[in-house]
Amino acid sequence: MFAGCGESVDPNEPQGFIQAKGSDTMVNAVQMVAEEFMKQYPHIFVAVTGGGSGVGIASLINKTCDVASASREMKPKEVEIANQHGVYPREFVVAYDGVAVIVNKSNPVDKLTLDDLHKIFTGEATNWRQFGGKDLHIVTLSREVSSGTHMYFKEEVIQLGKKDSEDEFSEETLLLTSSQAIVEEVAGNEEAIGYLGMGYLSDRTKALQIGKGNGFYPPTVENVLKKTYPLSRGLYAYTDGEPGGIVKLFLDFTLSPAGQKQFIETGFVPVKASQPEASGPSDTGGTIAR
Amino acid sequence: MKRLWRRISEPIIESCIRLSGLAVVIFVFLIFLFLLRDSLSLFRHYPLGQFLLGRKWLPISDPPQFGVIPLLLGSVYVTFWAVLICVPLGVGSAMFIAEVAPKAIKNVLKSFVEILAAIPSVVLGFLGIIWLGPVLRDTFHLSTGMCGLTGSLLLAFMALPTIISISEDALTGVPRTYREAAYGLGATHWQTLWRVILPSASSGIVAAVMLGIGRVVGETMVVLMVTGNAPVIPTSILQPLRTLTATIAGEMGETVGGSEHYYALFAVGLVLFVITFIINFIADLFLRRARK
Repeated sequence: MFAGCGESVDPNEPQGFIQAKGSDTMVNAVQMVAEEFMKQYPHIFVAVTGGGSGVGIASLINKTCDVASASREMKPKEVEIANQHGVYPREFVVAYDGVAVIVNKSNPVDKLTLDDLHKIFTGEATNWRQFGGKDLHIVTLSREVSSGTHMYFKEEVIQLGKKDSEDEFSEETLLLTSSQAIVEEVAGNEEAIGYLGMGYLSDRTKALQIGKGNGFYPPTVENVLKKTYPLSRGLYAYTDGEPGGIVKLFLDFTLSPAGQKQFIETGFVPVKASQPEASGPSDTGGTIAR
Repeated sequence: MKRLWRRISEPIIESCIRLSGLAVVIFVFLIFLFLLRDSLSLFRHYPLGQFLLGRKWLPISDPPQFGVIPLLLGSVYVTFWAVLICVPLGVGSAMFIAEVAPKAIKNVLKSFVEILAAIPSVVLGFLGIIWLGPVLRDTFHLSTGMCGLTGSLLLAFMALPTIISISEDALTGVPRTYREAAYGLGATHWQTLWRVILPSASSGIVAAVMLGIGRVVGETMVVLMVTGNAPVIPTSILQPLRTLTATIAGEMGETVGGSEHYYALFAVGLVLFVITFIINFIADLFLRRARK
């Protein structure tokens, strides 16, 4: 697993090992970035693992990864715990994403409002008939609690953005271990509804148009860029402190046109900025206070 | 020279063996202490009663709720049904292999049972998602195939090799004189098997069943993949549920060392440890009686 092991390496050539861990939503995109990156720097090996944003953030705090990818921002409480462990997370916005809500292709329902989603996922509404569909029970699918998408969805849909809301996912909600498992279940189950990052959309499932206020919007690159799609969010990368050496090289590459191209190809929305210092329009960009 | 060597080597080997025996005991004890220490840390912040009797498992809510009841019942439901399915099947197969099958079939069956034990649980989980789940959904007209029964069936399948091999050993271990006496009294093959051999092997069979249960309770990958993991208090095996093991496996990765959630998962681990300990203890009691 050691790049350049046993070979004669030009000492000026960057070499080493980078462990990138975290978001399951981003894992395919980050893997593709890593592959391109390794083509350019053959003596650096980048290992990419998924598991969920929570897994990435936890391993950043436990110092078992160099880059944590996350499909949500770190919570203040997590930053506090990180600081206690001597880790000072630095945030980068590496792409944008819309959380798509998918149903089976034979489900006649095409669009839902955020309130509808709230009712469905809290268990208030349990039949598709209520939303113009067939007379079928609604099976709600969610990711495990380690997922950043779970956390995002909980804040935006279950709690409808209200921090003090005590609403929870319906107890009947199935907690699946990966986005792919959600795709499989929705593709084979007419009653199912699930959510995932745009990168997992395919023609095996149907993405709903989501409405908030006036109008319904499908999860497309345009709608996410314009922020008209109600469930738009940033995708993040975290490092311990200001990155240096090969980790900086990797993040610079991720934000370069070549790196951003991989995000576009996996179905996400690129950030316009090309420098890690300009971390996009996020309000928490920059080093988090110690 | 040879003699001298033997005199030196024997005590060394003997103490090595003794050390490895002791090491096992020490490891189990240390694991228990470790679990206990980290679980007790939870109860400094979170009352024990709420953990043991709480009906909600909401680890990332604010404030979090760590009620173990839904997880415990999830494990109990899945295990109960798995045992219900695999015990008759397992003991039946063992009876067939040990007493009825001709020698050639017997050998083939025995090696197949061993192959069964070698199937990785992830592969079974995969089959559960792709094939068994949808089949059960269509058969029972369920809203989803990701339910307890899918898990129970796969777990039963996984426990079968344990139950078959140990029961078969117990049945073959019944002294030949018993058989001969029964035949001598004019009993048929079936009467001998049912009235004489099975009762004399019963301790061994109970032990096999208990070890099978231990395997089912502790199995993780399959249940994580196919049972849907909804932390609901189950009322039917045909609904999604969440087990103790799946909770630990699904959530451990995202906990930060020293957080409340981390300790809560250790407490869940302790509950699991106590359950498997009791089951193995009972199995051991019966095995010991079987040997007498």
